[in-house]
Amino acid sequence: MSRVLVGLRSVGVQRDHRWLLHEVDLTIRAGEIVSMIGPNGGGKTTAVQVLIGFLPADAGTVERAEGLNIGYVPQQVHINATLPMTVRRLMKLTGPQDDGKIDERLSELGVLDLSESPVQQLSGGEFQRVLFARALLKDPDLLILDEPSQGLDIPGESRLYDQIADIRDRLDCGVLLVCHNLHMVMARADTVVCLNRHVCCAGRPAQIASNEEFVRLFGPDIAKSHALYPHHHDHRHRLDGEVSS
Amino acid sequence: MPSTPTTTTTVTDWTGRFLPDGAGEVMDDFLSRALVAGIGFSLVAGPLGCFVVWQRLAYFGDTMAHSALLGVALALAFELNILLGVFGVCLGIALVLGRVSDRSGLSGDTTLGILSHSTLAVGLVLVSLMYWVRVDILHFLFGNILAVTWSEIIVLYAGGSLVLAVLWWKWDALISLTVSEQIASAENMGPVRTRYLLVVLLAVIVAFAMKIVGIILTVALLIIPAAAARQFSATPERMAAGASIIGALSVVGGLMGSLEFDTPPGPSIVVNALILFILGMIGSRLAGRHGGRSGRSRPK
Repeated sequence: MSRVLVGLRSVGVQRDHRWLLHEVDLTIRAGEIVSMIGPNGGGKTTAVQVLIGFLPADAGTVERAEGLNIGYVPQQVHINATLPMTVRRLMKLTGPQDDGKIDERLSELGVLDLSESPVQQLSGGEFQRVLFARALLKDPDLLILDEPSQGLDIPGESRLYDQIADIRDRLDCGVLLVCHNLHMVMARADTVVCLNRHVCCAGRPAQIASNEEFVRLFGPDIAKSHALYPHHHDHRHRLDGEVSS
Repeated sequence: MPSTPTTTTTVTDWTGRFLPDGAGEVMDDFLSRALVAGIGFSLVAGPLGCFVVWQRLAYFGDTMAHSALLGVALALAFELNILLGVFGVCLGIALVLGRVSDRSGLSGDTTLGILSHSTLAVGLVLVSLMYWVRVDILHFLFGNILAVTWSEIIVLYAGGSLVLAVLWWKWDALISLTVSEQIASAENMGPVRTRYLLVVLLAVIVAFAMKIVGIILTVALLIIPAAAARQFSATPERMAAGASIIGALSVVGGLMGSLEFDTPPGPSIVVNALILFILGMIGSRLAGRHGGRSGRSRPK
């Protein structure tokens, strides 16, 4: 198995005597796309904040590979209007960057023509892509995207997932996707983690869809439609459940 | 409290000493000293003022500045260096404020409002209780730049250079903290440490500002040049440099105006900064109307 980039081990986060996260285990390895789903208020963003070191864990341990280079695309960033910031300057936020490389990343995400625009003038979707381009600049070992498909239409979303898969292949990085579109998640992720304050289920998409708690959370209809979503197996089951080749 | 207050003390010097000015006699007139001090102060206040504007710390800065009088009172009571007393109290108040606004049910705004005005009030009461010390409170409230001494200027330039060096060294961390604490945290820029550092730097500049424009107008000289520079800056670096230059121009213009019209120097400097801000606003509006800033141009 490839190397572990980050891991949460029985992590708990407490706020006002209430557990936002309780006994959460999560592992992300190099080259793996992990999708995190779950209801609103289920602690997805909290888990991400623990992973990036923004929030301390009140219980459990957080493992991080030494010298781990994280590219993080937050769900939203509000940049105060008083802060002059062009797209190009934003690309150099956490350190100097080569202008040619910046242009390359911006053009990959289709926002090269915005490179000299003030970030405050971008639309939500444009800004999201700029932040994505920025996160890729440092060739991260781990890419964390919090709700990257916000404000995208279905074809746009599909393209985004293709891009994420390409990037994973090119950089051999781990990817953590926080996501609410079950359809996409079930079709594209290697591993799905469903978080509702605790990890209610985790595994391959097909395994998840038949999980009892998952069905309870998302309703039998959704679960059924995803269980039927086409996916590939490298084996078949006989009627008695035995694996046949 | 000091034991037997038999003599009255006159405090004229930040450093608390009464050294004769050792600098050359040619430059040794009050206007040159005021200009040198004011310009030096502005160069440092420019970038720090930008952070006050970017991170919405105006009220926070006001609270720090108002607590300066408390620092003066304590320094006088315990016969300490006034500048250090002010720095210590400003820093202490700022750190307490960080903790209180995290934990109490009061909104940050209310907490700041209570602390800001009560530190000023407590400071005023304490200083006036100290009958054995003859101080002109107005000098602390509105600054006393025309009485600045060469030894104070040396302290100002030494401290200011240190602040600028730290800003230079931690610039990326400070800007990334301003944009997104979470990105800064994910990319190992240490946002929590950096925030504390910014508070320390602010305490230094607030302590220096007391002599230049006084406690009441400290925040004005931090934010007005920064706001003026915002109007024609495309990057944070240009805005920081612009704020330094506009601040320095405000000092020069304000001191000249103060001599010409016999007005108090501190407020005159701030009025001059305001005029530059308004001119800048008019200028950028006019430029905008002629297509200079008509939004972004995008090839279709």
